[in-house]
Parts: sequence; C-alpha cells; structure tokens
Amino acid sequence: MEVTAAAGACCRGRGDHHAGEEERSSAKVVVPVGSDGAEVEPCVIAVDDSSVDRALVTALLRRSKYRVTAVDSGKRALEILGSEPNVSMIITDYWMPEMTGYDLLKKVKESSKLKQIPVVIMSSENVPTRITRCLEEGAEDFLLKPVRPSDISRITTRMLLH
Amino acid sequence: MDYSNLRRQAASMKKSLFDQGYLDEQFCQVEDLQDEASPNFAEEVVTLFFKDSAKLISNVEQALEKYPKDFNRWDAYMQQLKGSCSSIGASRMKSECMSFRDYCGQGNVEGCMRSFQKVKREHGALRQKLEAYFQLLRQAGQLVLLELPPGPGCKN
Repeated sequence: MEVTAAAGACCRGRGDHHAGEEERSSAKVVVPVGSDGAEVEPCVIAVDDSSVDRALVTALLRRSKYRVTAVDSGKRALEILGSEPNVSMIITDYWMPEMTGYDLLKKVKESSKLKQIPVVIMSSENVPTRITRCLEEGAEDFLLKPVRPSDISRITTRMLLH
Repeated sequence: MDYSNLRRQAASMKKSLFDQGYLDEQFCQVEDLQDEASPNFAEEVVTLFFKDSAKLISNVEQALEKYPKDFNRWDAYMQQLKGSCSSIGASRMKSECMSFRDYCGQGNVEGCMRSFQKVKREHGALRQKLEAYFQLLRQAGQLVLLELPPGPGCKN
C-alpha cells in the first residue's frame, strides 16, 4: 500500500495508457529520453506526511492514468526532483513538519531547473491568506482536502494546456 | 456459504454506520477508489488511518500531560488528527476533534480534557465497527467487493 520509490524510479500508474501518451496527440509535448534512449513517462510527485492522504491522492492520480511517486517530505521530494527526468507536476500538502509545502514551492520556483514544474498545494484548512500566498508564489492551484476526483480532473486538464 | 445473506448484512452494517453518523460521504469516495487492481483499497486506507491516528492520539495525550495549557501545541496535534478523520469520512470522530479545537481556542482546559476523552471513545468505537464491517466483507469474499451496489449513504 505504501508507495515509496528510490531516487530516479517512479511507480507506474494503472492501465496500459498514461496521460502522457494521450497528451502527445493533442498537444506538442517534448518527452525526455533516458540514458538508454527509451522515452521517460511523465511522473507526478505527491508529497504528504500523512500516509492516508498519500494513499488517497496517489490512487486519484493513478485513476487519471498518471505515474506517481509518493513521498512523505519536501526534503525527499527535492531528492527525487534531482534525479527524476520528467516530472510533470508536484502536488504537495501545505502543512508538513520541517519543510512546508510552501517552502517546497518556493524552492522549486527559485530553481532554474525546476521552476517550470507546476506545483499544486493541498490543505485541510481554508485559510485565505495561505491560499493567496501560495498562488502569488507561483502555485498552479490550491486544493482543499479531502481531495476529490473533480479536483484532480481540473488540475490535470490544466496540465494538458500547460 | 450464503453469500447473499452476508452481502445483505454488510450493506445493512454500512447503512447503520452512515445512519449513526460514524461515516460520511467521504468514505464512499474512498471505496470508489477500489478496483480490480486494488480490491482492498478501502480496508488498506482504513488500516493506515488507525495506525496513524493511534500515534496522533498518543501525541495529544503526551502533550496534554507534558505541556500544560499549551493550547497551540494541543491544537496543532489535533488538527492533524482531524485532517485524517476527514480523509476517510470518520464523521463523528472529526466532530469531536473540532470540539477539542474549539476548546483550545477558548483556552478551556477542562473542555479540552473532556472532548479528548470523547475523541478516544469515538476512535475505539469506529475501529471496532470498521473491523467488523471489513471482516464481514472478507467473509462474503470477492463477490461483495465486485457486486455490492453502493449502499445507502453512498450515491451512485
């Protein structure tokens, strides 16, 4: 049940088709290739210190045919980002110990290598100043927990247009 | 084995959990994520919930003892527990968590202590009921997981 991954390895989504394959027919997507020349499927990194929420958001994303790597901290997410070549989105909880989702967002947006990756923030609390702060820092969207399938549809649709 | 009878019992048990307010619609969302690739997803998530929530309750308990009147700390711990409850649809437990947080906001130590006891009671009750529910599902076998229509309380 717990989804963890070594650096550079992403877990495959369910089904034979991934969102990345469908995207190629409708939008021009440059898909990186690995050292062996094989295309690297886009991957979503899900970050949450709650194992329950990690499991739920992973299942929701996989239902949308995304390859998902779920980690329990911002620090771990940055490690994965350093080695995973094709991250299409980061979806992170706001309130985590040591490094909040906002801290992670800032680090991503400050990095020339990572700043193009869309970051979505999740929170169980509806705090307008928090939402504004995240959006102003460059978050793609802000979702209130519990995250619903319609939330995932909305953000993945936006990613197709990204 | 009378699977149809077991299915009826499972449906009745689930309806009862909704009618008594133990669960809300979010639990249906969790069950909806089950499929052939993850046929036991709901039970796995609930197992994760009880593992996490036991730890979070212990954190609150220790904080109540070691950090008297540290309402911010108490609230922070309870916020995590409340979030987890929301995620699986543990409605009554979530309400008691919210009640505790309200008392933290009021600076009411006695209120916090009382509501914390209720949180623990609801946690125990929910654990017992969900264990029984999933046990029944297991007894009914895969037929229940694949054929049982959404029960009362879960929309189609």
